[in-house]
Amino acid sequence: MSGQALLIRGGRVIDPRNGIDAVRDVLLRDGAVAEVGERLSDASARVIDAAGRWVVPGLIDVHVHLREPGEEGKETVLTGSRAAVAGGFTAVVAMPNTRPPNDSPQVTELVLARARAANLCRVYPAGAISKGLAGEELSEMGELRAAGCVCFTDDGRPVMSASLMRRALLYARPLGVPVMAHEEDLTLSGHGVVNEGAAAARLGLLPVPRSAEVAMVARDLVLAEEVDGRLHLAHVSCAESIALVREAKRRGVRVTCEATPHHFTLTDEAVDGYRTSAKMNPPLRRAEDVAALRQGLADGTIDCIATDHAPHGPLEKEVEFDKAANGVVGLETAVPLALELVRGGVLTPARAVALLSGGPARAFGLPGGHLGKGAPADVTVIDPQAEWTVDAERFQSKCRNTPFHGRKVQGRVTRTVVGGRAVFEEAQR
Amino acid sequence: MASKLPGLLAIEGMTKAQVEGLLDRAAQLGEPSLEAGGGPRPLEGRVVANLFFEDSTRTRSSFEIAAKRLGAEVLNWTTKGSSVSKGETLLDTVRNIDAMGPQVIVMRHASSGAAALAARHTRAAVVNAGDGTHEHPSQALLDAFTLRRHLGALEGKRVLIVGDILHSRVARSNLRCLTLLGAKVALCGPPTLVPKEMADLGAELSFDLDEAMEGADAVMMLRVQLERQVDAMFPSPREYGRRWGLTRERADRLPEKVKVLHPGPMNRNVEIATQVADGPRSLILEQVHHGVAVRMAILEACA
Repeated sequence: MSGQALLIRGGRVIDPRNGIDAVRDVLLRDGAVAEVGERLSDASARVIDAAGRWVVPGLIDVHVHLREPGEEGKETVLTGSRAAVAGGFTAVVAMPNTRPPNDSPQVTELVLARARAANLCRVYPAGAISKGLAGEELSEMGELRAAGCVCFTDDGRPVMSASLMRRALLYARPLGVPVMAHEEDLTLSGHGVVNEGAAAARLGLLPVPRSAEVAMVARDLVLAEEVDGRLHLAHVSCAESIALVREAKRRGVRVTCEATPHHFTLTDEAVDGYRTSAKMNPPLRRAEDVAALRQGLADGTIDCIATDHAPHGPLEKEVEFDKAANGVVGLETAVPLALELVRGGVLTPARAVALLSGGPARAFGLPGGHLGKGAPADVTVIDPQAEWTVDAERFQSKCRNTPFHGRKVQGRVTRTVVGGRAVFEEAQR
Repeated sequence: MASKLPGLLAIEGMTKAQVEGLLDRAAQLGEPSLEAGGGPRPLEGRVVANLFFEDSTRTRSSFEIAAKRLGAEVLNWTTKGSSVSKGETLLDTVRNIDAMGPQVIVMRHASSGAAALAARHTRAAVVNAGDGTHEHPSQALLDAFTLRRHLGALEGKRVLIVGDILHSRVARSNLRCLTLLGAKVALCGPPTLVPKEMADLGAELSFDLDEAMEGADAVMMLRVQLERQVDAMFPSPREYGRRWGLTRERADRLPEKVKVLHPGPMNRNVEIATQVADGPRSLILEQVHHGVAVRMAILEACA
């Protein structure tokens, strides 16, 4: 990905890994960061004026459902990539719960081929922990890793067998990539569809107790510690989970975790009126949990903001609440929701950027996440002041299932650069 | 007649005046036309569609009789033999019924919120005849009607509801309706079936039936859902009956004026002893009787 050099001039460069938060120019050349400094010039470069904008390392979302192969009506690698770059993401990790699931190098290669054809953001496939996501036998993790998988997960469903999870953590160790856990004890969540609490009682919806997540977090921390495995916890949603992770990190357990914008923004009250756009797994929780997530984002217990972008169409969502599919789209609303935490004084700008770029890069061992010389020329330009109203009809994603439709937000991606090439510009909206 | 309603999805959100308006109207409508036909037919030429996605005998028949007494045409639609068995979605069924132009849709469905979903996709007024484990507003109104007949104004009265509160749409609607009318509601059952959040809705919670019965003006026994034994919330019907059933001995300890209700269908000798169900303090058949007048008032207000 080379071509013309790009000079992004006069923006507020926020690069936490390199300790930069100042007005600087960024010069990208030959697919890499050539220099970050003051008054840079390059006669051959295309110049982009970024005055008043944030210029940050390309954002990375480690939890995205692209639905290809198998559910192309909901999303494809191409449409998901369009949504990603419109939302400022230069790289995404694609979950393996496709049809067929990504439990073989053939599926990994197919996803990578589609990503090359789309030629927008970087797409890193996640491989399945178990064959067919059935939770019984380990997938061919070595083959999957060799084909390009950057982590292993049965996301969408938990690994109920503690023994299988233990073997996965152990077997994946020399492969150098994390095992990503969707934490849910199915015997506790049962037929539940919303958080156990006031909203469930009022609406007469069957509850999911918080222990369904917390007990599994505790189990997997014990397993990771015992075998020195590398564990990543997907979409943590409960205060008790955060406390367990904080304590485990203190002991030196090799664990990272992510929080989604919907879990750190909304409570279970959002399901009022049986709004299926607010139905997801894990469910939205209490105000205390939202507060704990925000604390965890600020203090480093949580490593990444990830969207769990999960497109579903009207056939899955305009139905009875208990029959509706779980999940929301998130790629195109993550930046303004993260910035709400900055404006609310929860996160510094540098911490917000770290959670969206450096944190995920480090957790998954991915290139990028910073703007040091020689880093991939992946850059996101954000207008932190721009006020706008979320309009799901204008999403690049194929799907509209968001609980944030109509929300007034601030902060908008104005340009996304991948490998030195502008793959999204504001004029495209 | 009572003030017009756009439909009746839940007791939650209703005002005290609306509830009292319906109960007062039911009292006017009730008696004469139950004796014989020939009363006024305010729903002449209107169509009431009964959409029952879940089995029901009492509620469906009651709405049907109420609609007919008001002069309406009644369409009885059930899942059996319908396109639902061919995979038709709820919304498609509702849109198709809507296209035939009924003024009222009375709907029973196994999913909480189903009536509200249907109401967003039809021009007809939707009357919720029970949605999942959410609400069953006409049942609560007929229970309040029956209780008022025996206790007078419900202000300050104490009503005890016993059983599977977690899965009960009857309990949710009754808690709201009785609270709105000024009564105190106590909920009692196995700890696995009494969500603690119900206290936030204004209920008093307890797990000991003998204690909870003290000071009650009426006791409402709920059906034990024996068919839900996959997720067994209590060890056995026998133990349930001993701890939370209204046995003859327990009933005998209640003052004579304390009445007993049950929304049906009953599991005799599990949650309620046969002698109590058929005994002098039982209002069970009276509830069913008043159901017709109450549903007439509802349909009249919604059509």
